[in-house]
Amino acid sequence: MNWAAGILIVLGAALALSGSLGLLRLKSFYERVHPPTMGTTLGTGLILAGSMLHFSVLGDRPVLHEVLIGALMTVTTPVTYALLVRAALHRDHAEGRDPGA
Amino acid sequence: MSGTSFLSAALVLAQGLLGLAMVFAVVRLLRGPRAQDRVLALDTLYVNGMLLVLTFGIRTGTTLYFEAALVIGALGFVSTAAAAKFLLRGEVIE
Repeated sequence: MNWAAGILIVLGAALALSGSLGLLRLKSFYERVHPPTMGTTLGTGLILAGSMLHFSVLGDRPVLHEVLIGALMTVTTPVTYALLVRAALHRDHAEGRDPGA
Repeated sequence: MSGTSFLSAALVLAQGLLGLAMVFAVVRLLRGPRAQDRVLALDTLYVNGMLLVLTFGIRTGTTLYFEAALVIGALGFVSTAAAAKFLLRGEVIE
């Protein structure tokens, strides 16, 4: 079971890293919005699954309170990013910039 | 290699990866170029920090870190939503 937990945690951390690398490397703001969601959805999910597995084995009973963080991230990430992109579009229009550029 | 030593090695590796991810987010936060890029980088920094706290919790074997991660996640949501609202309207509470 420790092997499975370790693999899940490393995979989740690697997804979060690739999301941050995309945030650093991509050219425009509207491209940069996409990569961090890899870390917030599947990256968080894998690390939480590893944590649940580890504490369930350690405590010899199912430990599921990490689902709370998963639900929080699932609900809040689309809301904040939609709000942020709407603000960016509003700023681009107000300054006469082309959002596609 | 036993399962326990594999898990501790995996946790050290995951913490290194998450620390590097936080460095990337900080570079984007400092570089900008515009305010919305900085808000996005701050949100990414919050999420990566929350994941790092979770890995610390697995490493020590206590559930105390879970509450800290939950608070960081909630505060990250509130601060990013407030910053986006400020960029959209010029004030947070109308």
